[in-house]
Order: sequence, then structure tokens, then C-alpha cells
Amino acid sequence: MTQSAGNTTLDYGRERARMRIASKYIPLLATASVVVILYVYGCAAYGPRFASLRVLVDLFKDNAFLGVAAIGATFVILSGGIDLSVGAVVAFTSILIAAFCEHHGVNCDYLRRSPDAAVAFYRYRHLATHHLHPLLAIGVSLVLGSLFGALQGCIIHFYRQPPFLVTLAGMFFARGMGFVIHPQSLGIKQPFYIAFLNDIKIPLVAGVDIPFTVMCLAVVFLVALFIAHYTRFGRAVYAIGDDEQSATLMGLPAGRTKIMVYTLAGFTSALAGVVYTFYMQSGDPASCIGFELDAIAAVVIGGTLLSGGVGFVGGTAMGVLILGLIQNLIIFNGKLNSWWTRIAVGLLVLVFIAIQNVVTAASRRTTRAAAG
Amino acid sequence: MPDQLLQMQGISKRFPGVLALDRVDFTLRRGQIHGLMGENGAGKSTLVKTLTGVHRRDAGTVLLDGQPIDPRSPKQAEALGISTVYQEVNLIPHLSVAENICLGREPTRFGRICWRAVSQRAEAAISRLDLHIDVSKELSSCSIAIQQMVAIARALDIDARLLILDEPTSSLDENESQELFGVMRKLRDQGLGIIFITHFLDQVYEVSDHITVLRDGRLVGEYETASLQRVDLVSRMIGKDFSQIEAARHAPPTASATTAPHKEKFVQVSALTRQGSIAPIDITIARGETVGLAGLLGSGRTETARLLFGIDKPDSGSITVDGQLVSISSPRQAIRLGFAFTPENRKVEGIIPHLSVRENIILAIQANKGIWAALSRAEQLRIADSFITALGIKTPSPEQAVANLSGGNQQKVLLARWLANHPRLFILDEPTRGIDVGAKAEIEKLIASLCAEGMAILFISSELEEVVRDCQRVVVLRDRAKVGEFTGDQISEHAIMQTIARHEHEA
Amino acid sequence: MKLDYAQSRQPFALPGWLAKLIWPVAALALLLAFNLFFTKQFFKLEIRDGHFYGCLIDILNRGSQVMLLSLGMTLVLATGGVDLSVGAVMAIAGAVAAEMINVPAMPFPLVIAAALAISVLAGVWNGLLVGVFRIQPIVATLVLMVAGRGVAQLITGGQYTTFTDSRLVFLGNGHFLGLPFPVTIVAVMFAITAILTRKTALGLFVESVGDNETASHYAGISSRTVKFMAYVFAGFCAGLAGIVAAANIKCADSNHIGLFLELDAILAVVVGGTALAGGRFYLFGSIVGALLIQTLTTTMYMRDVSPEVAPVPKAIVIILVCLIQSPAFHQQVRKLFTRKATA
Repeated sequence: MTQSAGNTTLDYGRERARMRIASKYIPLLATASVVVILYVYGCAAYGPRFASLRVLVDLFKDNAFLGVAAIGATFVILSGGIDLSVGAVVAFTSILIAAFCEHHGVNCDYLRRSPDAAVAFYRYRHLATHHLHPLLAIGVSLVLGSLFGALQGCIIHFYRQPPFLVTLAGMFFARGMGFVIHPQSLGIKQPFYIAFLNDIKIPLVAGVDIPFTVMCLAVVFLVALFIAHYTRFGRAVYAIGDDEQSATLMGLPAGRTKIMVYTLAGFTSALAGVVYTFYMQSGDPASCIGFELDAIAAVVIGGTLLSGGVGFVGGTAMGVLILGLIQNLIIFNGKLNSWWTRIAVGLLVLVFIAIQNVVTAASRRTTRAAAG
Repeated sequence: MPDQLLQMQGISKRFPGVLALDRVDFTLRRGQIHGLMGENGAGKSTLVKTLTGVHRRDAGTVLLDGQPIDPRSPKQAEALGISTVYQEVNLIPHLSVAENICLGREPTRFGRICWRAVSQRAEAAISRLDLHIDVSKELSSCSIAIQQMVAIARALDIDARLLILDEPTSSLDENESQELFGVMRKLRDQGLGIIFITHFLDQVYEVSDHITVLRDGRLVGEYETASLQRVDLVSRMIGKDFSQIEAARHAPPTASATTAPHKEKFVQVSALTRQGSIAPIDITIARGETVGLAGLLGSGRTETARLLFGIDKPDSGSITVDGQLVSISSPRQAIRLGFAFTPENRKVEGIIPHLSVRENIILAIQANKGIWAALSRAEQLRIADSFITALGIKTPSPEQAVANLSGGNQQKVLLARWLANHPRLFILDEPTRGIDVGAKAEIEKLIASLCAEGMAILFISSELEEVVRDCQRVVVLRDRAKVGEFTGDQISEHAIMQTIARHEHEA
Repeated sequence: MKLDYAQSRQPFALPGWLAKLIWPVAALALLLAFNLFFTKQFFKLEIRDGHFYGCLIDILNRGSQVMLLSLGMTLVLATGGVDLSVGAVMAIAGAVAAEMINVPAMPFPLVIAAALAISVLAGVWNGLLVGVFRIQPIVATLVLMVAGRGVAQLITGGQYTTFTDSRLVFLGNGHFLGLPFPVTIVAVMFAITAILTRKTALGLFVESVGDNETASHYAGISSRTVKFMAYVFAGFCAGLAGIVAAANIKCADSNHIGLFLELDAILAVVVGGTALAGGRFYLFGSIVGALLIQTLTTTMYMRDVSPEVAPVPKAIVIILVCLIQSPAFHQQVRKLFTRKATA
């Protein structure tokens, strides 16, 4: 028996690795290709209007709140859980903010938008101080959302209950409470909202500008990227989703991490509700029914395994883009009805699940061969 | 610097219904590889778990470098410098090698992980083992051997003083095991104390300096490897004083079995093998014959049974039944051939815990009949009652959930399940483990009577006296390969133990 | 290892099924008692034209869809899976029935058969994904949950297809023995399910596979087949429920038929005693669970609580069920009581 330095037998592991170093990234590549394919098809089929900057910016604007929520859902799914309460929390937050802002019955007759944001703020600031300031309302709802998520996380962890069931209860609860706050949709005419915050934008060319909501999305996306790849918490989320038992044996704080994940999801759901109020200029307790499914679909299409441990925040962002592009394509087509969106999304989810299954099975086979 | 790295004295641990450790002592010196051996239920893993904080000991003291310690969690144990590498590599498959090594303690600056520092730290840990691995590779793309090395590197990354390796070579082949031993020796020379838990005799002799043997939760003894004969080791593990056993002949089974004419071969296994499970093995089982598979824990007995019953698929080799070549790729096929199997781990693979005794008993018959031809309730009760009486299953009623029965009675329920199907070959994997003496005797009597009626039986057991008592032919396994076979009068505990212990290099 | 023997320590124990059923039945009884004392008109029954009317009848009627769904969902949950698509399948079945009944001279049995066939096909789809391709049930049924309503709209061409055919309308609005016809359908379906699961070996196999799939595999049960059949059956039940739903409103509303009913069905089954992880199932418990949910909703309605707020008590019920099923919670309660005893 030779006492080698160990390189000969260990080297062939390296060979096999080269073939499969991309296995983790295959679903991500698939997602990216779908985005490109859809966009190129749109440009080809519907000409310059589809390819215009305005349409592109609108794509982000219309899906900003889905994007924020889906990014939070990504962390939950990465940790091996699921959050069904997303849509309900978005709706709840929107009506809460609307109720806070409108509760004191603002007289909106003399509101006019000012092209100059600073002047507008100065002109209307006395209104902003007379009732619950929207910033306060936003702050309160973000805190509430986070606490709600934390509560769900605690029940899931301490009582070892399936996330499916607990977040289902959360969904029912938040949905109902939204109606308790106010039974119908409520327009927000608060000047701070309309005049000031809405005037924050980055102007691009030809009268197109990037609205505040899209900037929010960008910030959330960057922060999420940082958390996922540059913090111990983010790495712990990946580890726990991949193999919770091993992660615990390795000393990771599984319980604390899981509760934090649901808190984060609650926060992003509430934030999505805030973005929603900017987008729709109203709050509606009956909105976003089935929204969590869209978020989950975006996450799955983005290449994240529903069993956890594998996936990317970037993938989810692309998944949201895909959902938006499909919607756009169908609208542009004009002849197809909107229900095709549902079918297309369902099929895409299926395709991506199939890809995931194939990649997992292939890697399992290779590992067994490598072990031998 | 004190020579004694670890001193455990009087360690006891009790679980509900079981005394897992009974005043066990264990000592480990710096720069020593110490083998920890014992059969199933000896307490090896419990002892280690009290050291690593998974369990809290009920009594006893643990001194690490002279200081008393009481770790309450794996993280605390790590902080003390005690690191463990488990049998199933407990790392995260989809993260990179470097990440796995640093997980939970990644170097950060203002909360931001510094990936370059992670790489550097990982490379330093790997090079301490004299290995060269690309640390940015995904862990699952590395072979199991490399994954174990990564686990060891992670253990070292925290400046471990004490390294525990729990059955590290179970999934490794010969070459990979040698690599591992090289690493272990290097670490020992660096002053680390290593606890090496294994059931491979050859390996423990090759690499350890001292051996501690546990049995039934008690310390049998600590020995210097060089001065402990293999045969003595085996006898201490099994609990038989070898020198005092006479080469007792085994009691011949009932007259009908031995005076029967040359028995027809029923099942013939030729060169059956599966990577990582069992080396090519030949077994012949005749009708009305009880063939025993003897060997220590981990020698490949259960693996052989699983291949025969279609749970695992062989890589090569053949199985012939009644002269016909067959391919058994699922338990259903095995059952159709007339095979039956009671697994070793009856709680996980045998009983359906929340179903009643009656339902568990008729399960296999019903599975055979399919979904639509259901047995009537009356018929089910009749079958269940007949077996409850015949096997003496102690249960308040046939509707009692099987999980509530004692181990012995659960085993009887499993036996009843298969007997109801009238199998031609009955594979019994440790049928008497964890069963009281009375039930044990009943089961052995049952096996004998089945054999006399013409059933072929493959009997797997770690209790040599059972194997010797009940079998007409014994196949001996060691370290996943067949090392011997005895028939009739040749069978004795002495002979079997000697075969297990015998090493090719020994005179 | 020395063993102390754990004898079967059950001095007094109810049969398993009774112990499980006590909770949902007691909860329902409590709710009904509350209504007896505090809600006017709750127990009032009228008879008009030989038909019963009243709050209780309403509960039976409105709850019939969830009851039908929960029969199929019971089997699926018992195998350790879940079917999120039943609501969408309801919409599809309703759409098929509505479209076909409007075709002149279409034989009525064919309409029903077609709607049921499509829903069985949906069940086959799910069964293949879960049973044969071994895809996680949540993921596999999510596909149809998302795409299903789109398919339903495809069938109706995006319209709210209405119909007036009296035979189809009768299914949702007629009366039999004084009770609304959907109740009869539920009763018949319950009987069929009970026979299917208890007179054949299907029930036994489902429980076995859900309780311990490995051991069932070793015993010769094909878990693949068993799971497949469970999903097909769930599809069938969803089809029935969808026909009833469409018949009830005389319209195929693909957006609202069955919306979130799959969640109600899962809740009903879990409340009724079947564990989310699988194993023993309790058909009667699922029916009681469905009734409990519907009673909750109707109670809220009778007390002038807005129907949209009704989900809140449902949420509380789920959490209670979770807590009751959690051993950690039992420990906390026990600790609380022992502290009280020693204090």
C-alpha cells in the first residue's frame, strides 16, 4: 500500500467537479435565457413600441411591489419554509396606511401637483403635520409586519408546526383584520403622498423617469443581495435550507435564523404594501388575493428549490421580470385574453420544477459514482 | 503540558427505559489515536455525544487538559476544542468547500463577510492536512473521501485539541481509507488527540495506539493495540472469554432435518456485489435449511439481505431460485418469489406504528391480493387471532396500536405478517435483538419448526451462540466480505470467532 | 444494553378514532351551544313547500362544497401529500359543465360525465407528478393551482357562462327529502368514499403508506399506485364540488368558484383528526371539520360581522389545532399545571 501524498486518488474528484461546477447555476441560466427570449420575442413581434424605454420602465413600475415581496419570500423558501401570508399582509398594510393617512379627513380640494418637489413639500408641510404623518404610518406598518412575521416564525419554530399551516393561519388573520380596519378600498389623497414622495424620481430621456417605487425595489434588491451573500445570517439561511440537521450539528443557530427569516418576510411584505400604496395611490383590503402564489412562482421560476438551500435573489428578480414580460406580451397581443397568463405561468413553474428535478437527480448519480 | 488530554471518569447516562452508559471511564493522551470499539448498544456513540454536548451526562466527571468541562451544545464543545466528524458527513452539500470550513465563523469586517479571508483560511486548514483541493468547488461535487477531509479541516479550523472520528471509513474504499490514515497520523504527530470509532478490525489495528472496548454500556477495558491479540479483542467485544470456550459441537437440529436426503438447492447467490455494500459473495440456501450470516456489526450482513430482498440493486452477480436466474429489483418481486424479510431496524422499516396489530399482521397478505380483493374484517380477525395465539403475542386486543407493544411483541407481529404469506425463504435480520429472554426462546423455537416444515431461512445475528445453536450452515462475514463458511459439525463459536479475528498476515 | 420494559401503559384509553373525533365534535357543539343562547334565529327552521329553510340548512348547503373537497383531501393528506389544485379544478369542472349544457340537444349524463372526466384527468396529472415522478406534492399541485383557472377561462372563453337548464340547476338548487340537493350529494359521496376505503384495501394502504412509507414498501405495497389513486380521487371530488358550485349560481365563474376552498378543505381535514404528515384518516372527522368551518362563517354572518372578516376566527382555529397537536405545547401546559400544584 503506497503512502502517497494523496494527490492521485483525490485528483479525479477535481475532474468530475469541472463538469458539474455549473450544476448549481443551471436553473439560473435557464431563467436568464427565458427573460432574454421573452424580451427579444416581444421586440420582434411588437416592434419599437415594445422595445421602448417607457415600456421597460413600466415593466419595473408595475411589478415593483411583487418584486419586493418575492425577494422576501426568497429567503423563506431558501430556508426550507414557505409563507402563504404575503398577499394578505400587503393588503393589510395598504389599507392600514390609507386609513392612517385619511383618517382625519383631509380636504384635498386645493391640492395641485407642483413640478418642483421642494416647493411642494414646503407648501404642503403644514398639512402633513396635522394628522398622522404618512412616514409615521409607514413606519408603524413596517414594524407591525415584522412583528407579525416574527410571531409566525416563533410558532413555527418553538411548537414545531409546519410553516404551511401556520402561515395559512397568518394569511386568514391578516386578510380578515384588513377588513376590520376598513371594509373597502380607500384612496389616498394625502398631499405628502401625492405631491412629495411621488415627485421623487430619476429623470431619464424623453420624459421617462424612474419612479420612487422602482428605486425602492432597487434598494431592496441590493440589500437582499448583500444579506444573502455577505452576511453570516444569509449563509446560515442557505445552510439550514440545504440540510438543517447538519447545520445544527455545525453549530448554526437554526431557531434564531428561522425566526429572523419570517420576520424579514413580514417586513418585505409590509414594504410591498407600502410600495403598493404608492403605485395605486390607495389601500384595498380585498387586493392581492393569490398574490403569494405569484411570489412563489417568481421564486421557483427564478431557480430556487422549494425544498430550500439552493437559489439566488437575482433569480427571483428575473422571475418577477418573466411574470411581467408574459403579462406585457399578452397585453400587446391584444387578441389573447389575460387568463393565458395563468396558464403560461403554471407551465413555466412546471418546466422549472422539471429542470430542478433533472439537475438534482443527475448530481445524485454523479455523487454516487464519485463515492465509489 | 499534561500528558492526559482527556479524562472521563464514572460516566453514566440513562434514557427512558435504557441505561446507556454505566460508570464508564475513558482516557486519551495527547498525540494518541485511540480506537473505541463495541457492538451494537455498547454505548460508543452515547459516550461521544456526552462529550460533544449533544447529551448531558447523568453522572461522572470529564476533565479536558485537567479542567472540568460540561458542554451543553455542539457549539460549546467546539469552543472547548472538541471537534467531531460524523459518519454521514454532516456538511452542507450545496455550499463550497471553503464555506463549509468556515460556516458560522466567517471572518467579517463590520458585519460584511470577507470572502478572500474565507478562502485563505480554508486553504490554510486544508494544507494542514497536506492536501490540495480547490476550495471554491461545491462540496457535493467532491467524493465522499474528500468531503470527510473537508469535515476534518473544519474541525481543525477551530484549533481543535481533540478530534473525534465516528465511523469515518464506512463509505470509503481501501485507497481512500489509507489517505485518511495518513492524515490521522500526521495530526497525531502534531499533538492532536484522536478518538477513532470503528468496527473494522483491520483498520483499528493499523492506525490506533490504544483500544477501548465497551459492551452493554460498560467499560470492558483499555488496551495497548500492539499487545492485544485480535482474538482477544473479538472475544471482549462479544463477551465470550475465548480461552474458556471449548470447541463445543453445536446441537444437531431435529432429526428430520439432518437425516433428510441431500436437500434441494433453493436459492443460489453467486458473486453478488454492490459498491460500498458488500464484496462479491456466494451463498447457497436449501429448502428446510437454516443458513446463518455471522459477523460483527458492519460486516455486510444486512447489506446482503437487502440485495437478496430487492431493496438495493446489485452491481453485478446473480441470484438463482429453483434453478432459474432471477432479477430481484424490488421487494414486490422478492415477495412474488416467495421471499420474506424482517429488517433489523423494526421501528423504522418494519412496523407501521399507528396501525393496529391486526392491520400490521395482514398487511403483506393484503398487499399480495391487491387493492380490490379485500379481506373481510372477520377473516382479518381470524388470521390475526390465530397468529396472536400461535406466537404468543401479548396485546390487550388485536386493535391495539403496534407502537404500544414491547419490542419482542412487535417483532412477533412482524414475523406473523410474513408467516401469513407462507414464504419459501425467510430472511431474518437480528430477529432477537432487544427482546427479552422468554420471547427470544419462543422465536428460536419457531424458527426451528419452520425449518423442519421445509422453509429456507437466512438467519442474521450478532449473537454467536444463537447462530451456532440454530443454523446448519454458517457464512462468516468480516469487513464487508465473506471470509468463511461452516457446515454441520464444523460450526462452533470458537471457529467463527477465530475466522472473524484471523488476519491474513497473522501466522 | 439493559432494558426496562415499557409495558403498554393504558389503564383507560378511548379507542383511537373516538379520541380524535372528540375535539372537532366538541368544538362544533360548543359553537352551536353559543349560538343557541346568544344568536337569535339560529336554530329557527321553517318549512315551505315541503322544503326546510333556516340557518342550519344554510350551513349544510353552503358547506357542501368544502365537505366534498375534504373527502378527497382526506385521502391525499393521509398519504402524506397535499393537493392545492382542487379549487382550480372546481372552476374547470364548472366551466365544462356550463359550456356543455348550453350545447343544444346535449344529453345530460354526458355533460356530467364530461365535467367529471376532466377533473379526473386533472387528478391523473397530479397523481403522475407526485406518484410517478416523485415531485414534492406542494410544488406539483401548485402548477395546476396557478394554471387551472386560466384553463377554466379558456374553456368559457373568458365569459361568465350562464345556463338555465333545469336539470343542472337542480343539482345546485333543488331539494330532496326536504333538504337542499347538494346535501344529498355529500351524503352519497360520503357513503361511496367510506365503502371505497373500508370495503377495499385502499384505506388500509393509504394509512400504511402515510404512516411509514418504507415499511409499506418492504411489505409489498406499491406506494406509487396508492398515492396516484388518492390524487385521482381528490380530482373527482373536486369535479363534483365544481358542478355543484356552478349549478348553485347558475353560472361558471372561473374567478371565484372554489377560490381558497382548498385551504378550507385542508383545514377541515386537519381539524377532523387527520395529521398533516399522513397516516390514520377520519372521514367523518373531515365532514365535522368542514361543518365547523361553515358554522363559524355563518355564525359571524348571523351576528352581523362582515363576511370578509370571517377568516379571522378560522385563523384562530388553525392555531389552536397546531397548538393541540404540538408536543412542545403539551409540555408547556404540563409545566404550568405542575407549577400551580406546587405553588
